[in-house]
Amino acid sequence: MTAGAAVAAAEQNFRLLRAERARRSALALLLLGILFVLSAWVSELSPAKLAAGLPRIGDYAERTLPVLRLSHLGEDLAEWFWDLGHWLQLLAETVVMAYVATLLATLGALAGCFLAARGLTPSPLAALIIRRGFEFARAVPELVFALLFIYAFGLGAMAGVLAVALHSLGAQGKLFAEAAEAARRAPMEGVLAAGGNWLQAMRFGILPQVLPVFASFTLWRFEINVRNSAIIGFVGAGGIGEALYTAVRLLHYEDVSALLILLVLTVALIDQLCARLRHALIGRESAR
Amino acid sequence: MMPRPDIAAWRARAPRAFAPPLARRLLAWSTGTAVLFGTLAALLWLDMTPQRILNGLSELLRVALLMLPPSPGERPMELVWAMLETLAMAFAGTFIAALLAVPLGFLAARNVLPLGPLRFGLRRFLDVLRGVDQLIWALIFVRAVGLGPLAGVLSIIVTDTGTLAKLYSESLENADRREIEGVRATGAGGVQTARFGLLPQALPLMLSHALYIFESNVRSSTILGIVGAGGIGFQLSDRIRALRWEEAAFIILMILVMVAVIDSISGALRRRLLASGR
Repeated sequence: MTAGAAVAAAEQNFRLLRAERARRSALALLLLGILFVLSAWVSELSPAKLAAGLPRIGDYAERTLPVLRLSHLGEDLAEWFWDLGHWLQLLAETVVMAYVATLLATLGALAGCFLAARGLTPSPLAALIIRRGFEFARAVPELVFALLFIYAFGLGAMAGVLAVALHSLGAQGKLFAEAAEAARRAPMEGVLAAGGNWLQAMRFGILPQVLPVFASFTLWRFEINVRNSAIIGFVGAGGIGEALYTAVRLLHYEDVSALLILLVLTVALIDQLCARLRHALIGRESAR
Repeated sequence: MMPRPDIAAWRARAPRAFAPPLARRLLAWSTGTAVLFGTLAALLWLDMTPQRILNGLSELLRVALLMLPPSPGERPMELVWAMLETLAMAFAGTFIAALLAVPLGFLAARNVLPLGPLRFGLRRFLDVLRGVDQLIWALIFVRAVGLGPLAGVLSIIVTDTGTLAKLYSESLENADRREIEGVRATGAGGVQTARFGLLPQALPLMLSHALYIFESNVRSSTILGIVGAGGIGFQLSDRIRALRWEEAAFIILMILVMVAVIDSISGALRRRLLASGR
């Protein structure tokens, strides 16, 4: 075979491969397109409905904007944020709800994670049951738990706290158990060899290794729980969500924008604080 | 036999080996006490008394027993349709968001758009889209365009255009510079460089992000119906408000199964995508 023929054969092969790939991409795109058209039909997403709906959204957004005149800025702002005291109290309640929920979930996850960790657990059966429990708690949205808990515990913040806590327990338990599984075994074996029991082996062999990771996860989860506590009020389970729900339902347009601004600011503030704390934690750990 | 170590003597010689200094211990104790009292105050504020918790738990147990056995109720097709609606909302919303996020993601990537201030403004705008929770958008859209799945789709589009544009721009920024420079060295223009130098590197990662967001939207679209934005959540809150517990339990089980199935399909697809990208 001459060099020219070899090149021609290679090019032919390349063309075939490219054609095959193009065919497969086209097929995948076609499939995606069909799925999209079907789902757009099921979810009532039609150009006509969009054309009717989008102007109304613009209209809605316009109505949430307050009248702010430069000459009367103070009075206009005071009118926009007319219920500021009450709203700040609700925001504080939201953050406290997130704090208690995170605390409960962290305690539960701490108690369960060593039992659920593969290779550390004294009982594989208990590990399996606890892991399934964490999975269930993680898979059910907190709003669904809230709907159930409102019936059992009555309207108010307690149902919301427990709902956020239960969902959070599922997420934190899984992360904690995985971190414990990844810890080095030598310190644990050392404690066992010195005559310590299982609890002591976990406390002095594993916990010191994973504590910074746990703290960092917990701070991160607290940020998420602040967001979740803010929406849990939509079903009547306490926090700023109740005020937001009322404002949207009763068409108090300017209240909606005021509440959203307060909420976004609070969430950003909490995120900043937690990020600082996390960096301080990690910094101290790496300096050691 | 080894002689017993004299612990008291060692404690006197090296006190730090047995306990941290007094100041540190005092600080730890006082912080602990403050946190304890703060937490007790928080519990009191939220009215979480042991009495209420015990009453609630016994009520919860009663409800849990009422949930057995889960039953689909008289109109099972209604639930199947609501489930399809949930999936459709997640798919249509993610699909549109994934497309809208492509130009935004390119504009927000440092190695594509060197204009600092424009990029900064765009990124803050995307942050605001993501910063407000999907359920809040849904609540507002239900008020603006009416009850039904359209409001849910719109809320998914708004939040996840922001999320995906950010993820896309990060995938693009992480692309290998040498491949881009290689394409540019052949005389390619800006668009051609992006198409042949940047896109082949970033595309598998971008698709995998979109799939991941789809998974997360399947989860979150199950609750959008609670504020009236279509899907299975509406059926669920309806059953709970009517105290039809067996049907509520059935719907929760349906949600768990659907989420698990979608997760495993999407997870398998994502692993294949990332393997092909390497």
